[in-house]
Amino acid sequence: MTALTHATAAHTPNGAGAQDEAAYQEAFDAAVAADERIEPRDWMPDAYRASLVRQIAQHAHSEIIGMQPESNWITRAPSLRRKAILMAKVQDEAGHGLYLYSAAETLGTSREELLDKLHSGRQKYSSIFNYPTLTWADVGAIGWLVDGAAITNQVPICRCSYGPYARAMVRICKEESFHQRQGYESLLALSHGTPEQHAMAQDAVNRWWWPSLMMFGPPDDESAHSAQSMAWKIKRHSNDELRQRFVDIAVPQAESLGLTLPDPDLRWNEERGHYDFGAIDWAEFRDVLKGNGPCNEQRLSQRRRAHEEGAWVRDAAAAYASKHHPGSSTRGTHPGTPSDARTGPSDTRTDSSRDDRHTSTTDSDRGRTV
Amino acid sequence: MSTVPATRSAALALGDDALILSHRLGQWAGHAPVLEEEVALANIALDLLGQARILLSLVGDEDELAYRREERAFRNLQVVEQPNGDFAHTLARQLYFSTYQHLLYARLAAGGGAFAPLAAKAVKETAYHRDHAEQWTLRLGDGTTESHDRMQRAVDALWRFTGEPFQPVEGLDAGLGTEADGQGVDWQQLESDWLASVSGVLERATLAVPQGPRTGAWAAGAGRQGLHTEPFGLMLAEMQHLHRSHPGATW
Repeated sequence: MTALTHATAAHTPNGAGAQDEAAYQEAFDAAVAADERIEPRDWMPDAYRASLVRQIAQHAHSEIIGMQPESNWITRAPSLRRKAILMAKVQDEAGHGLYLYSAAETLGTSREELLDKLHSGRQKYSSIFNYPTLTWADVGAIGWLVDGAAITNQVPICRCSYGPYARAMVRICKEESFHQRQGYESLLALSHGTPEQHAMAQDAVNRWWWPSLMMFGPPDDESAHSAQSMAWKIKRHSNDELRQRFVDIAVPQAESLGLTLPDPDLRWNEERGHYDFGAIDWAEFRDVLKGNGPCNEQRLSQRRRAHEEGAWVRDAAAAYASKHHPGSSTRGTHPGTPSDARTGPSDTRTDSSRDDRHTSTTDSDRGRTV
Repeated sequence: MSTVPATRSAALALGDDALILSHRLGQWAGHAPVLEEEVALANIALDLLGQARILLSLVGDEDELAYRREERAFRNLQVVEQPNGDFAHTLARQLYFSTYQHLLYARLAAGGGAFAPLAAKAVKETAYHRDHAEQWTLRLGDGTTESHDRMQRAVDALWRFTGEPFQPVEGLDAGLGTEADGQGVDWQQLESDWLASVSGVLERATLAVPQGPRTGAWAAGAGRQGLHTEPFGLMLAEMQHLHRSHPGATW
């Protein structure tokens, strides 16, 4: 969107007349209509900026809260191969949080500010993470269903009108697709394992199916932000459309897994060319959203505790930086650790760890920049 | 490579060090002080787990060894099994162990023995682990008064475990396999290199080099002989529970 950038490098110029404002708006609308990308230095309507910050922040928060239900099983993972995969997956989620907070920073909102809003309950994360992981099979079910639903939601965001968000999403979707496959593969092993393992897998799917369908948000006619987001091309498909797409993909996968889905109304509708499914319990959805889910309190308090207990570490890094590199920006919330160079979004070493690591320890060198 | 008893004991010793420290670091997931450290600590844990899997697979089934052995059969150093404590304790443990591991692996890589190919790869990982620990030791030691005090307490508390890595253990030395250059590992040299390096880092971090004994009355080499500290049993109970609950299952 270079034409706009040039004219309005510094956001809406102070004192811009109504006429200028109208011209900017017109150029913005034309860029969105032409499927061009809006970039950080481009003029954008305040409401567009606010809507993006809200959505990106919620997505970032979901990544870091989402680490909790899965890391719950790292120390009990039943084989070293599964343990490596799970650790890599949880690490990916931290990496996704990093890309997304960075994308939000391009809109002028710091990570610190967003974390503060998360910790004080003023911003949300995906309600799905307020459900507990009660058995090992839940790790597989999260990968297959929750990450599967997330991909269905997120693939269209790769074409989102805001450039940094769209680009972050391309990378995230690649990794999510691995997460989904490992979940499926893990459930497959359980489903074809001992009777106890099969029962564990079925129980997990029974508990995660409905909450996964709720991940797409309320039905279209009740969705508060949908219409405007679609007009801005932040969002490309409606909640119900995406939910249907997910069900259509998941049903045959459940059959291949040898597991059933807990919905007696689930059946192929020849006429529609889609699966029909039963009514979603939206009262439960709203209740969990309101804070009454099984783990809302636990998730948020763990997050707050980690942040509070880490305050002295962040303070130390900032103090050290100002002593030894005065004048450089100290970036108080994320000190320039030696790991920065290799742990930034560009090189979480997930692709190495997603494989069996029998053969080599050099995988981790891939992508290292130090 | 042949699995003569000496080699087996060495593979278990090095493999268990990596396995157990990886597990401890994995406990940080979701609890780190800053997002970058979530990624960094997981990276180190994954490197170590990768090393452990290779080493254990040299001498048996990796899962059988990790999940079916009793506490007394583990050969890891006691320092790696110590609980995480606060971030300073974890980093002090990292400083002590990664310096040792890096020096040892550099020696093994140069020696051309049985572990040389593994060590040649792993030494690149341990170089990063060591750098990460050193940089944080500097930051915490020379950061705020609180971080200085916490880091001093941490390096002091773990000091008594730092003699064990350098006690030559029966069978281990031969197993480390530097026969190609006609020498075993020079443990005294390794120890003095370690001491010089760690002391240098602590001094630069404005921390006092601990003065207490580096081994307890019965602790010298004890982990390598299967004697561990109380927190280790609890850690293993958690780690092995699910696997042991489903005998013969595959995952």
